[in-house]
Amino acid sequence: MSKKTYLQAINEAIKQEMRRDPNIIVLGEDVAGGQGGSGEVGGVGSVFGQMQGVYKEFGPERVIDTPISESAIVGAAAGAALTGLRPIAELMFVDFVGVCFDQIYNQIAKFRYMFGGKAKTPMVLRTAAGAGFRGAAQHSQTLHPLFTMVPGLKVAMPSNPYDAKGLLIQAIRDDDPVIFIESKFLFGMEGEVPDEAYRIPFGEAHIAREGTDLTFVAFGAMVPRALAVAAELAKENVSVEVVDPRTTSPLDEEAILDSVGKTGRLVVIDESPPRCSLAADIAGLVADRGFRSLRAPVKQVTCPHTPVPFAPALEDEYMPNPRRIMEAARAVLAA
Amino acid sequence: MQLSRDDLKRAYRRMVTIRIFEERVTKEFAAGNIPGFAHVYLGQEASGVGVCFDLTDEDHIGSTHRGHGHCIAKGVDVRGMMHEIMGKRDGLCGGKGGSMHIADLSKGMLGANAIVGGAPPIAVGAALTHKYRKSGRVAVAFTGDGASNQGTVFEALNMAVVLKVPCIFAFENNGYGEHTAVSYACGAPSMAERVRGFGLPCEVVDGMDFFAVQAAMKRALDHARAGNGPYALELQCKRFLGHFIGDPQAYRTPEELAEARSHDPIPKFRRRVLEAGLLDEADLDAIDREVGDEVESAVASGMAAPSPDPAKDLTRDVYVKYA
Repeated sequence: MSKKTYLQAINEAIKQEMRRDPNIIVLGEDVAGGQGGSGEVGGVGSVFGQMQGVYKEFGPERVIDTPISESAIVGAAAGAALTGLRPIAELMFVDFVGVCFDQIYNQIAKFRYMFGGKAKTPMVLRTAAGAGFRGAAQHSQTLHPLFTMVPGLKVAMPSNPYDAKGLLIQAIRDDDPVIFIESKFLFGMEGEVPDEAYRIPFGEAHIAREGTDLTFVAFGAMVPRALAVAAELAKENVSVEVVDPRTTSPLDEEAILDSVGKTGRLVVIDESPPRCSLAADIAGLVADRGFRSLRAPVKQVTCPHTPVPFAPALEDEYMPNPRRIMEAARAVLAA
Repeated sequence: MQLSRDDLKRAYRRMVTIRIFEERVTKEFAAGNIPGFAHVYLGQEASGVGVCFDLTDEDHIGSTHRGHGHCIAKGVDVRGMMHEIMGKRDGLCGGKGGSMHIADLSKGMLGANAIVGGAPPIAVGAALTHKYRKSGRVAVAFTGDGASNQGTVFEALNMAVVLKVPCIFAFENNGYGEHTAVSYACGAPSMAERVRGFGLPCEVVDGMDFFAVQAAMKRALDHARAGNGPYALELQCKRFLGHFIGDPQAYRTPEELAEARSHDPIPKFRRRVLEAGLLDEADLDAIDREVGDEVESAVASGMAAPSPDPAKDLTRDVYVKYA
């Protein structure tokens, strides 16, 4: 066990898995970097450094730089997965999904069902998501609801370094296609991460903090924010339970319902526009199956129904921030 | 011509199987025995059979919405296909895929694909597997003239060249993308010329002549298997019927339709092998009868076969395992 960043945890998971299984290949834009240039090849290691050193260790047969052709990247990963490899494809920013979504939702997600259970598509599509970097409308979105609503996909959203490694190893070993959403906001976050390989099963929420008065459900980069607000409320003797589902598909519905059954109050925090969001989905789940345990209306803390703005003053308010989370918590506690 | 008698019989059988199967699909569709919609391969038999003739079950093909012929050419079982197209539980895909998503991975058939331009990127991935494993096998991307204008196809062509994978792009130019002529929809004067612009060889081939297709495909296979990267064929074909079964085709004159039929690849093949004394009438007629019986039997068993059971089948096989 040692302290590692979220970024290092991802990098370590990929290297350890590639050492274990020669069927794993990596492909994407600049996963090595420098191909065809006059200088060093392999020094880029993905735009955020997730693949640092991977090319150096595994070489060009397994670490494949592609043209900027997202449909061909995802499609090639799909074809390689259907024929026996276990590709890890990289979509540099999740925002770029618009140019390759057909390969994701019409192809990889549907092969198994369309082909009567006779196909396996064991691939991971890793992608970086989230606001807070002044990347504006086309480099800052989360988009996890888009993937979550597609039957056939699994969706993981790690909120800390430990989960990043364990969920990514599970994703790589999983026989179904997995969308692995890395939070740009968390790449530098440090935490204890075991040196050895380990898996975190999908569909098992992590109770990030136990409590009795109020439940927060949060995903990815919103989990640390939910925990910070929970710590503030603890100073006022309000006991908040923070549920981190870790995967949005499959979703650990029982963990959410159990927590709300205990606290009777729910705030869902989701970095996503409000319509058809995970926040709305979970509010619907609790209305359907946990209504009798509710002692107050469910509150949803989401982004507004707008594109991600550029100006810092606007973007800081766009994301669910501690002030908005606190306001929602107080409203639920007062009801 | 270096094909043995058995080879010639196999080629003829596959072409006739496609012909009789597709004629029967057309008839059963009209009779209401096939749900949904279906796009038949009538007229293009020589193209699919010529391309797949020297492939093994370990070589892969990605197909199109007009995929029945590619399945048969790749050796997929006709009974399983008919049951699938009829939506039956024991169809190749359990009745969940249907005409436009029919697949048989055990035969290297990676699926018909109802998204125009959907399959070429996937075929590049299968070719990547073959390159990585040094298997000596190839992947074929069947692509229509309509799909040849899709961005996914351009991406796949370029990626195949950049990664130097053994992928063969079989562009079947049947003259029409849905209801629009290739002369209108393809901006380049020549589809093959445009493909060559991506940096790979592209031959223009008479797609109505089995022998021409098979010989061109042999050159493509030699190229790809020698590690020289992708290769392309523009197979010039004629579509006998409309885009889908029931398309009245007012956009084609009766003269054009008759002209298309004059290129029928099956009588052409018969004439060729009979005149050369390679096979005799009795051989060919026997194949016609056997295939007719096989398709008849597939239809009869398909009609009698049970539908999938919603209680058991509706929600299964979305995932290998969903926690």
